[in-house]
Amino acid sequence: MMQPFPDEVLEHVFSFIESDKDRNAVSLVCKSWYEIERMCRRRAFIGNCYAVSPEILIRRFPELRSLEIKGKPHFADFNLVPEGWGGYVYPWIEAMALAYPCLEELRLKRMVVTDETLELIAKSFKNFKVLVLNSCEGFSTDGLAAIAASCRNLRELDLRESEVEDLSGHWLSHFPENCTSLVSLNIACLGSEVSFSALERLVSRCPNLQSLHLNHAVPLDELPNLLRRAPQLVELGTGAYSADLRSDVFSNLAGAFSKCKKLKSLSGFWDVVSAYLTALYPVCSGLTSLNLSYAAVQSPDLIKLINHCPNLQRLWVLDYIEDSGLEALATSCKDLEELRVFPSDPFGAEPNVTLTERGLVFVSGGCPKLNSVLYFCRQMTNAALVAIAKNCPHMIRFRLCIIEPHTPDYLTFQPLDTGFGAIVEHCKELRRLSLSGLLTDRVFEYIGTHAKKLEMLSVAFAGDSDLGLHHLLSGCESLRKLEIRDSPFGDKALLANSGKLETMRSLWISSCSVSYGACKLLSQKMPRLNVEVIDERESSDSRSEGTFVEKLYIYRTVAGPRLDMPGYIWTKDRDSAIRFS
Amino acid sequence: MEEHLKKEEFSPKLLDLINKDRQWLVKREEKRGHGLSDENKLELRLGLPGIDDRESTKISHKIDTDESVLSLRYSSTMKSHHKSSSQEQKQVFPTTWPCSGHQQQQPQMLSPKVSFLQYQTGPSAVARETSQPCCTIMVGLQNAEKKPFSSASSTNNTAVHNSSQKRAAPVPVVGWPPIRSFRKKLGSSSSTKLSPEPQGTKPSQIDNEKPVESSRKSLFVKINMDGVPIGRKVDLNAYDSYENLSSAVDELFRGLLAAQRDFSASGNIEEEKAITGLMDGSGEYTLVYEDREGDRMLVGDIPWHAFVSSVKRLRVLKSSDLPNLNRDAQAQEKATH
Repeated sequence: MMQPFPDEVLEHVFSFIESDKDRNAVSLVCKSWYEIERMCRRRAFIGNCYAVSPEILIRRFPELRSLEIKGKPHFADFNLVPEGWGGYVYPWIEAMALAYPCLEELRLKRMVVTDETLELIAKSFKNFKVLVLNSCEGFSTDGLAAIAASCRNLRELDLRESEVEDLSGHWLSHFPENCTSLVSLNIACLGSEVSFSALERLVSRCPNLQSLHLNHAVPLDELPNLLRRAPQLVELGTGAYSADLRSDVFSNLAGAFSKCKKLKSLSGFWDVVSAYLTALYPVCSGLTSLNLSYAAVQSPDLIKLINHCPNLQRLWVLDYIEDSGLEALATSCKDLEELRVFPSDPFGAEPNVTLTERGLVFVSGGCPKLNSVLYFCRQMTNAALVAIAKNCPHMIRFRLCIIEPHTPDYLTFQPLDTGFGAIVEHCKELRRLSLSGLLTDRVFEYIGTHAKKLEMLSVAFAGDSDLGLHHLLSGCESLRKLEIRDSPFGDKALLANSGKLETMRSLWISSCSVSYGACKLLSQKMPRLNVEVIDERESSDSRSEGTFVEKLYIYRTVAGPRLDMPGYIWTKDRDSAIRFS
Repeated sequence: MEEHLKKEEFSPKLLDLINKDRQWLVKREEKRGHGLSDENKLELRLGLPGIDDRESTKISHKIDTDESVLSLRYSSTMKSHHKSSSQEQKQVFPTTWPCSGHQQQQPQMLSPKVSFLQYQTGPSAVARETSQPCCTIMVGLQNAEKKPFSSASSTNNTAVHNSSQKRAAPVPVVGWPPIRSFRKKLGSSSSTKLSPEPQGTKPSQIDNEKPVESSRKSLFVKINMDGVPIGRKVDLNAYDSYENLSSAVDELFRGLLAAQRDFSASGNIEEEKAITGLMDGSGEYTLVYEDREGDRMLVGDIPWHAFVSSVKRLRVLKSSDLPNLNRDAQAQEKATH
C-alpha cells in the first residue's frame, strides 16, 4: 500500500490526539501507524504498576515526557491491604532515569515512594516540572527538600492525601531563590508546620501560582499575608481556620479575600470557627468548588454560606449539613455537578444528625446537572433511589454508603435491589457505582443487564450466592475494576467467567467464599493473570484446597509474576504450602 | 468458541467444589447467629429431611442456585423459553419498576421455578438478619407498590423496630464504613462536642471558657535531642511549669543519651548523667522550641501558658551551638518583617 503521508505529517496529526484511548486506537490501525505513534507518544497512563514492566514501557514508548502510574488496590485506602504489600515506584524511576532524561511529569497514586526515590527523581530529570503524589507513602520532608532544591522548573508539587513523615518544616526553604515557576503547591497532608517566612517568600516570587493548598498548621492570621502575595490564586486550601474572635483579624482576612477576584475553589477550613466564614462572602459568587469536608460547620451556618455561592459545581461537606442544608443547596446551586457528604461520626451506633435519603432526593431534584455523588447516610428507601435515578439520568458516579451493613429499605423492609436497579437502568452513563444496604442477587442481575458503561463497581455485604457475581461478570461489558468484600460469592462464578478477568484491570475479593483450589485452577488456566492470595495467618496448614482465602487480588499483566511479593502472598508458584486432600 | 470448550473442561472440577461450599455456608450461618422465628421454620421444611433446620434451608437454597449457575452454559438455548414465562414472574415479583417492559428486556437465565425459589431465599436472607417473617414481607411488598413513602402497616413498623434492636450493637469491621483514616480522626474529634455548640467550634478554641476540659486534652509535641537519633513526644498538658518539663526531658533522654555515648565510645562505660541547666544556659544542653511561625526560641522566656499555646516542636541542642541559633533567629526575624 502506498503511504499517503510522510511520517512527519502523520506525527503532526497524531499530536492533536489527546486521549490515551484514541492514541491506542491509532496505534492499532497498521504497523506503520503503530511505529509512528509510539515514537511520538509523550504521555502514558499505567493503571496498575504490575500490569506492565518499566522495560516494556520504555521499549514501546522511547520518548515519554509524562507518566501516570497507580499502585495499590483501591481498598488500600480503607486499610484492607496489609503493610508491605508492594507498589514500589523505585524500579520505575531507576529504569526511567536512564531512558527518559527529559521526563517532565510524574503522577503517582497509592505507591510507595522513598526519599531515595525522590532524590533520584531530583537528580535524573533535568527539566522536571510536575510531581503529583496522590495517596502515596514512604517518604519524608527530606525527600521533598531534594525535589525543591534540584527541580528548577518545578510547576506543580502536589502531595494530596499522602502520608509524609514530617522531619522538618524547613524543607520549603530549599526552593532556590530563583525558583519562580510554581503553578500549584499542595502540602495539605503535612502534619507539622512549615517555615512561614520561606512559604511567604516562595508565594511572592511565583507570579503564576494558581493553586495553593496549605496544611493544618498554617494559622488563620497567616492566611491574609499569603493571599496578599498571591491575589491571582484560583484554588486555595486554607490551614486551620480558627482564631479568637477579633474584629481586626476578621477585617484583615475579609480584606485579603476580597482582593482575590479569581478564586474558584476553596478547601481546608480545619478547626473552623464559623464566624470567620463570613469573611469568604466577597469571593463566594465566583466559587465553583467548595470542600468543607474537614470543617465541622453546623447546618445553619452552612446554609448561609451556600446561599452566597450560587455557582457551585462541586460541594464536599460533612453530614452536619443535614437534610435542611441539602434542601437549601438544591434551591440555590443549580449548577451543582458533584456532591460528597461524609459522616462526622461513622462509628456511632445512633445517628448524630438528621441526614437521610430525603436530603439526596432534594439535591437530585433541584440540581439537574448532578452527575457525581458520594453519600454516607444511615437510612435509604427504594423509592428515594428510584426518584434520584429519574431526576439524574446523567449520573456518572454514584457511591452510596449506608453505614450499617445489610440495612433494608426502612419503610418497606425490602432489599434495596429495585432502587439500585433503577439507578443502573436510568443512568446510562454510569461509570462508577458503590453499593450498600441489604441486597440480594437480584441487584446484580439488574447491574449486569443495564450497566453497560460501568467501569468500576464496589460491593460490600451483598448478594446471596454465586449467581450474583456471575451476573456481574457475565454482564457489565465495560467493567474494568471490581472490588468485593464480605459477600457470599465463590469459585463457580469466578471460574466460569475467568475469560472476563483478562478484559478487566483488576478484581479484589475479600472475606468471600473463594477457595485456594479455585485460585490455583484460575492461575493455571489463565497465565496472563496474576492471582495473588493475601493470607496473613501464621500457619500454612490452613491452606488446603477447600479453605477460603482471606483476600484475593487478581489482575492481568504482560509482565508475568511480580518479584517483590511479601511473604504473606500466595501464588501458584509458591504452591508448596498447599495440602492436597 | 475456544472459551466455551475450556469451560466444558472445567465442569467436573467445579462440581467437586460444591461440597466445600456447603460446609462453609453452614459455618457462616452459625457465625451470624441470629435466632429463627417459627415462620422461618415453616419455610425450612422446603429443605431436605433429617438435617438440622438451619443447614437444610441453606442447602436447599444452595442447590437451587448451584443448578442455575451450572446451567448457565446452556443459557443461550433457554432464553426463548424463559421469555414466555415473564408474565408469570411478574406476578411473583410485585415491584415498583417504572419501566413496564423491563422484565421482558432482560435475558432470563433462570427457569421460573428456580426464580421463585431464588425469590424465597432472597427474603429469607432478610429473615436471617432480622427475624422478619416471610409473610410480612409480602404484605410489605404490596404496600410498597401502592404508597412507597408511607410508613406501611403496623406489622411492618414493629418489624423495623425489632430489626433496629437487633442491629443496635454494631461490630466494628476493618475498612467499614469505607472512610480514609485521616477522616476517621477528623470525625471522632469533631463529633465529640458539636451538637451543643451553636458556632460549631471545637472545645480547644474556647480555652478560656472551658479551662478544665482543655487541660485534660493532651497536647503532644515532638522533641528531638542533638546526638540522639530517636525522637520522642511529650504531652505538654501533663506538665504545668517549665521545671516539670525540664525534669521530664531529663527522664526521656538521660538513658538514651548515655546509651548513645556508650555506643560511640565503644566500651568506655559512662554513668547516666542528669541533664540539667536546660533553660538557664548553664548546662551542656539547652532546650529550644519552634513556635507557630517556625522560628526557634529559647524555652523559658515567656509565661508557661503562652509557651504552651505557641510551641509546635521541641529540641534539645548543644549549648555550644547556641550562638548560631541566635543568629538564625535574628535572620528569620528580619526576613519576616
